[in-house]
Formats: sequence, structure tokens, C-alpha cells
Amino acid sequence: MIRIDSVTKRYPDGTVAVDRLSLEIPDRSITVLVGPSGCGKTTTLRMINRMVEPSEGTILIDGKDSRQQPVNTLRRSMGYVIQNAGLFQHRTIVDNIATVPRMLGWGKEKARARARELMERVGLDGSLAKRYPYQLSGGQQQRVGVARALAADPPVLLMDEPFSAVDPIVRKGLQDELLRIQDELGKTIVFVTHDIDEAVKIGTMVAVMRTGGKLAQYAPPAELLSNPADAFVEDFLGTDRGIRRLSFFPSAGLRLLTTPVVAVDATAEQIAARATAEAPYLLVTDMDGRPLGWSEPGDLTAGGVDPARLLPYGRPFVAGTDSLRAALDCAVLSPTGWAVGVDAEGRVTGVVSQQTIGEAIRGAHAKGRTDAEAAR
Amino acid sequence: MNGFFDIPSDLQHSWLGLIGLHLREALLPVLAGLLVALPLSQLCVRFRWLYPPVLWVTTVLYAIPSLAFFVVLIDYTGQTELTVMIPLTVYTLVILVPAIVDGVRSVPQETLAAATAMGFGPVRRYVQVQLPIAVPAIIAGLRVATVSSISLVSVGALIGNQGALGNLINDANIYNRPELAVNAVVTMAVLAILADGLLVAVRLLLTPWMPSGARARRAPRPEPEVAAR
Ligand SMILES: Nc1ncnc2c1ncn2[C@@H]1O[C@H](COP(=O)(O)OP(=O)(O)OP(=O)(O)O)[C@@H](O)[C@H]1O
Ligand SMILES: [Mg+2]
Repeated sequence: MIRIDSVTKRYPDGTVAVDRLSLEIPDRSITVLVGPSGCGKTTTLRMINRMVEPSEGTILIDGKDSRQQPVNTLRRSMGYVIQNAGLFQHRTIVDNIATVPRMLGWGKEKARARARELMERVGLDGSLAKRYPYQLSGGQQQRVGVARALAADPPVLLMDEPFSAVDPIVRKGLQDELLRIQDELGKTIVFVTHDIDEAVKIGTMVAVMRTGGKLAQYAPPAELLSNPADAFVEDFLGTDRGIRRLSFFPSAGLRLLTTPVVAVDATAEQIAARATAEAPYLLVTDMDGRPLGWSEPGDLTAGGVDPARLLPYGRPFVAGTDSLRAALDCAVLSPTGWAVGVDAEGRVTGVVSQQTIGEAIRGAHAKGRTDAEAAR
Repeated sequence: MNGFFDIPSDLQHSWLGLIGLHLREALLPVLAGLLVALPLSQLCVRFRWLYPPVLWVTTVLYAIPSLAFFVVLIDYTGQTELTVMIPLTVYTLVILVPAIVDGVRSVPQETLAAATAMGFGPVRRYVQVQLPIAVPAIIAGLRVATVSSISLVSVGALIGNQGALGNLINDANIYNRPELAVNAVVTMAVLAILADGLLVAVRLLLTPWMPSGARARRAPRPEPEVAAR
């Protein structure tokens, strides 16, 4: 465990970048430092590997003062990933990744083999191994940065806005990849970002910092969203934190209706039988059970529909896996106000109305309250 | 063209011998200058305050005429090649020091931070990261220094027989053979062009990592979706 114990950093020009900060960073999880520009996130991160020395306070690594071991030994036990990757432009991709193993005295072949293994782990094609950084896209360079940091299998990974220089779609891919890698490797990751959505998405714990280098709140993301400590945190979380908090409510408990679903080749009797009072619309699926669109029962005729006349069904949610946020989003996207639940293969498992989702949200809130009371 | 390559015997060298001498007197100072400039530049990068005074000193030294150097040096080193090469070495510094300092400073902050974070000490960082990345800037400086040194060797004629091809110009006057002067100038120009071309080739060899027109076409940047999987 990394323990930051009332650490202050005063730069020579008098700037107090970090002010009596205390944080316990749990092992094998992602701790995110988030806050506005200049609030001391980078300074905090760099104090952990002593690229910046604290003015006051101590940083304990597994109970030992980080100043007890030689600084380069400390640094080699921590991978470091930065914005724009900071790759060595004069070395090939494999050699970039193999840097730390080589420094630790591994043979060239062993280090390169390890580098290739890591390329695969971070989702880079082996054909890129002999290229130079300028021949890679920003997203690929960022993956190389992650691979390089992982190369010597350090227990700790420090990441400073690693994904902020790439476009949103690539960023989402990199975030998902990081979560997947973390599932496999279980590193202790300290991740700096100024993007609260990123923090909430990947953090096990989130430390919100405010200008002046003070800690505003340290909590798991769900609690941050439901219980911001003060106006600053609330403001920083943005306007739709209620909606975003739904990401932490599972859709597993949702009661899906299977009646208002008909296949595209349904007979007139089937259509009549499925048009119930419960649902004013019927969802039409193709022969494989994948959704095509919504229709009013009166508009449906036996043996074929005109797809152009169907109402859109939005973006279906994977029932049980996706959160209530995805379910609500789907319901809001469709003019019918109903959401479509599918299985992992995209086949319809049932439909659910906004109203039912609303009840589930109220239920989840009530459960959250009783859980919190029980914890107290 | 009669006697174009007939070198007067007072020069004690054949035409090829003169070329060898000329190259030695021109290139050894560049090499020596590089060996002095490398550590000096690194000091200037590490201690920023040192750079302006160092730059000032190299400029002032460059402003001292070679004749003045010769007058002082001749008491110690005599009428030798060394007396010619010492001022030439000093002159290269005004080109090489800023070239290396700018090259080393052009290494991106992120790259340096990454190196430090990986546990590179200052020496290893200089040798393995800063210097290789500064190679294009250093070679650009070497090209200017080399070409200027090749033309400057001629002043060695001032102290007798140490001007190599430069002495041919002198002899052209003495013996009234203008073709010798043409020979000297053309040969020096060709040497300069060849040396320059050689340095360009070395640069290309040392920096396969630089995006260049030709190379970029051979290894096109992959479409992101192809390789990012
Ligand atoms: N070397 C330095 N000397 C003086 N002041 C510094 C130095 N480095 C950072 N600071 C100051 O310390 C404060 C915190 O800087 P830091 O880089 O830690 O912020 P940050 O939270 O990482 O910001 P950003 O999101 O913009 O990267 C800022 O006010 C900055 O100007
Ligand atoms: Mg920062």
C-alpha cells in the first residue's frame, strides 16, 4: 500500500502545489486523482516516485519511507505513463518497451521477447514491433507507453493523463483496455486525469483535489456521485451526476416483458394475442430475434412489415450486464418510451417501459440508503 | 591545362599528398572541436547560466584573426601543422556548441520525464536519450564546421608550408602559374562537397527514426483501425 502522509510541496518560487495531503492508496486497485488544472495532481504523482521531493511529510510504500531505497531502484519498481506517451523517438517499438528490462540487466533476446508479449497484451499488432514511434498513431503510441511501463512487471503503475491527447473514441478504447489489463494483472494504479467522467469510469477510489493542492473528497465513484462533500465537488461533478450515477445501478433486477415482442413473420392471431393493454406498442424482430423496430398493433399485418414504417428502438441494453443508465438511455431514445433488452448476441430478451425503469431506480436508491445505514 | 597537376617542388608533396594533408589539417580540428564541444555543451545544458558566457567566449575567440593565434603559438609549437590546427579547432566551437546545445534542448520534456521516471541517471540519460536525439542537430553543425574548416586551412600558408592546397595559391603568384590557383580552389570546393555529402550519409545512417519524405513513403503510417485492433 502507498500511504501519503500529510505531504506538502512548496516549489522554490513559493508556489504551494500540494498542501498537507493525506491519502491511503489501496493495493491492486485504480486510485484516480482528479481536479482542475494546476491543483497539484502531477506534483502528487511525481512525489510518489520522487521525481519531485516533498517539502514536508512522508510517503510510505508498504510501510517503508520511500526515501529509504535508492531513487532509481524505487523508480524502476513503478511504471510511469504520460500524456503523448513520451516514447524514445530514436528507438523502435520493441526497444522502447524493452528499455527497463534491459536496464535491469536482462539479455537482449529475453527483453525483446517480453516486449512482444506485452505488445499483444495491450492490443498492438506484432507487425509494429520494428517501427519507430513517428510511424504510429497517437492511440498506438499511448498503448506502447502502457506496455513500456508494464515491461518489468512493476507492482505500481503511475499514469499522468495518459489518454487525454487522443480523440474520445480512441480514449474509450484505451480505458476499456486498461480495465481489462487491470483485471488480469491487478496492479496498484494511481491515475491522474482532469476528466471526471474518466475518473468515475475507471476509478475504484477517486480523490478530488481543489486548487491549492488540497483534498476535497476521497471516496468510491458511486458515493462521490450520490454524496458530494461540498459545493466544489458537486460543481466539479457537473450537472447530470444523477444520470451518471445510474451507471452504478445494475439492470439485473429489471422485470422485462416478453409478450409485446413479435417476429416479422407473425400471423394475424399471434399479433392479436400479443397486443395487450400493458404495452401500447409491439416490438418487431427479425427471424433471429434481433430487434427491427416498434409498431402499433393496428399497423401490423400478418406476414411482413415495411421496415420504413417502424419506429426506432434506440440502442438496446444488454440485460443483466449493462447498468440502469443504459436501460434508461434506450427508453429515452425511442419515441415509444420503451427500452429493448438483448442478450450478449443481440437477441431480444424482453422490453421494459420508462415507468418500470423509474421504479427500479427508486428501488436502487432505497437499497443504497439502507445499505449505508447498515454500514454505519 | 598543361601542368595543371604539376606541383612545384617547394611544396614537397604531390597533388594527392596535398589533398591528404589538407584533409588532415581540416578534419582533425573538427574532430577535436567536437570532443571539446560535447562536454562543454552538456555543462551549458545542465547549468543554464553557463551558456551565455560560453557562447560569448566562443564568439570572441572566433573574432581573433588566425595570424594573431599563429604569432602566439609559434613560440610553443613552431611552424607545424599543430599551429594551424589549434586555431581551427577553436573556430569550430562557435558553430558546434550552439548546435549541440539546441539539439539536446530540443528533446521533448515528456521524453526526458519518461527517462527519469524509468530510473535513468543523468549520464545514462545524456548518452542514451539526449545525445542520439540531438544527432541531426549535431551533424548539421558538423557540416558547417567541416566546410568552413576546409576553406580555412589555406591560412596555414602564412606560416610557411602549412597551408596544404592553400600554398598552391601562393605558388600561383610566385611562379605566375594561375592554373595552380584554379586547381587549389576547385579541389577545395570538391573536397568540401564530398565531405558534406559524407556527413549527410552518416546522418541518414544514424537516424532511421527520423520521418523523411523518402522513408515515409516506403513505410506508410498504418491506418489506425488496421493495427490498433
Ligand atoms: N517546477 C515548478 N516550479 C514552480 N511551480 C510549479 C512547478 N511545477 C508545478 N508548479 C505549480 O504547482 C501547481 C501544481 O502543478 P501541477 O503540475 O501539479 O498541476 P496539475 O494538477 O497536474 O495540473 P494540470 O491538470 O494542468 O496538469 C501549479 O500552480 C503549477 O504552476
Ligand atoms: Mg498535470
